[in-house]
Amino acid sequence: MTSKASSTRFARFRNLEFILGALLTGGICLAVLFSGVLFPGGVDKIDLMARLTPPFVNWAHPLGTDPLGRDVLARVVAGGKISLLVGLTSVAGAVVLGVVMGLVSGYYRGFWDMLVMRFADVQLALPFILLAITFIAIVGGGLTNTIILLIVSQWVQYARLVRGSVLSLREREFIQSARAIGVRDYKILFQHLLPNLIGPVIVLMTLNVANNILLESSLTFLGLGVDPLIPSWGGMLADGRTYLQNAWWVSVFPGLAILLTVLGLNLLGDWLRDSLDPTGRTSR
Amino acid sequence: MAGFLIKRFLQAVFVVFVVTLTVSYAIRFTGDPALMLAQGAGSVTEADLVRIREGLGLNQPFLAQYYDFITGMFRLDFGRSFMGGTPVSQLIASALPATMLLAFASLIVSIAISIPLGIRAAVARGKWADQTIRILSLVGLSFPNFWLAIMLVLLFSIVLKWLPPSGMDGFASFIMPALTMGIILTATNVRLVRTAMLETLQSQYIMVARAKGLSESKVLYKHALRNCAIPLITYFGLQFGGLLGGIVVVELVFNWPGMGTLAFDAVASRDYPVLQAVITVLSLMIVGVNLLVDIAYGLVDPRIRTE
Repeated sequence: MTSKASSTRFARFRNLEFILGALLTGGICLAVLFSGVLFPGGVDKIDLMARLTPPFVNWAHPLGTDPLGRDVLARVVAGGKISLLVGLTSVAGAVVLGVVMGLVSGYYRGFWDMLVMRFADVQLALPFILLAITFIAIVGGGLTNTIILLIVSQWVQYARLVRGSVLSLREREFIQSARAIGVRDYKILFQHLLPNLIGPVIVLMTLNVANNILLESSLTFLGLGVDPLIPSWGGMLADGRTYLQNAWWVSVFPGLAILLTVLGLNLLGDWLRDSLDPTGRTSR
Repeated sequence: MAGFLIKRFLQAVFVVFVVTLTVSYAIRFTGDPALMLAQGAGSVTEADLVRIREGLGLNQPFLAQYYDFITGMFRLDFGRSFMGGTPVSQLIASALPATMLLAFASLIVSIAISIPLGIRAAVARGKWADQTIRILSLVGLSFPNFWLAIMLVLLFSIVLKWLPPSGMDGFASFIMPALTMGIILTATNVRLVRTAMLETLQSQYIMVARAKGLSESKVLYKHALRNCAIPLITYFGLQFGGLLGGIVVVELVFNWPGMGTLAFDAVASRDYPVLQAVITVLSLMIVGVNLLVDIAYGLVDPRIRTE
């Protein structure tokens, strides 16, 4: 009885998690997509007369203005473009690279497999931020380099995940029989193996979009990421820090935007993980 | 067992080899150190540059330079900083303890919060306490660490004026940096404690302990917690890399005189011997800790060795 009651409650909670995650993520995506319509004045309009207006006083600037009199709300929404762009493209790149490498190394084993796995060991020993500092010191910052850096540092996760599943799947009857009747290798990899292991990959993708938004914002905050002239959450926080003493809102709202976006994606990822894998095998 | 030890050790050596080789090779692409050293020295002739390069050993082939770097490393000699010529080992010797103290303090904060919360969540599995803790841990996972640091400064230094906003000076200066990293770590640790406890709570000796009529806190903290200590210590150990990575960023917000600040200043001033040394030392430590954790785990749990 009690277990049944608690399991319905659990299910209700799961739904709540999904609704909250979808609302947050969806709302932020919509705001970012329609930022041009919402803020026709543009994000770079400087109004020195209105500089450092506090939030919730002047409804022309609901979240206040920054030291140059630019609207904080408009800039927060515009900054979301960079975050979502970096989050989505870097994950897409890492998935393509990692899944192909994982499929190939798990299916063919041998030298290639050993090389990929040792490479993974090396990457695990180097925290992201150190890799980032070295990488940026050599090739320089900027939007494209940030995305490349994230791809380089993350494809290994997908490769390991996919390789692990391929190792067990390749011994199963449906793969053995596909081989026996002479199905070509690339068909086995992409039509037979891939659909059977994509679930955990999708979960990891959702969580990594969230994670990469965090990483991009910390890189930009440190001055290693995207151009400081482009409005981005990390960049706004770096600017705002100087004014923390007398203008808290310049630092509070961009950070809140990061928190809510990442939280929305994490809620979705968490919900997805439990829905795709009710036994919790992949739970970290 | 010997086979496992040797294999694991060789893997670690290989990782260190690749990391140091890559870093030393990659850093050569960042520019000519001789030119950077000569900056501000007035008029510099090509002959001067050649002399500087010879002095730094840059005229040798790459592998010879790498050999020098590695042998120097064993003597704790990482060369000299481009800025002022201080021996790099001296800079590291003052920055590393600051970072390690902070790492240690963060770990303590995180353990102090995550163990009681994780146990509470496991005991109340599926109930409101569990769900609340789960949501809180997701919120914690979503915090940018540098923003959390800024918000703590805003609250405790600017509004309440309780704590110093930056620097490392006495106990009070530890509170905010350790709290920042501690909270971030707690977000993952609560889940680990919960999972480990859930497994343990189902075992028979817990039923026996309860049947004996022991108090619930004794059952949980004495019997259950001790039995899931081994996996927990492993998880905490494996987090070491992530912890150091996070601290590097948090150090910058609090102007903490540690390895992160050192590395970041080195990038800004293109001081590559320092950068190379910081990355080498930190990755050596991470590889070392991971190796120790694996060995300790292999000693305790024989199944790991055969994997």
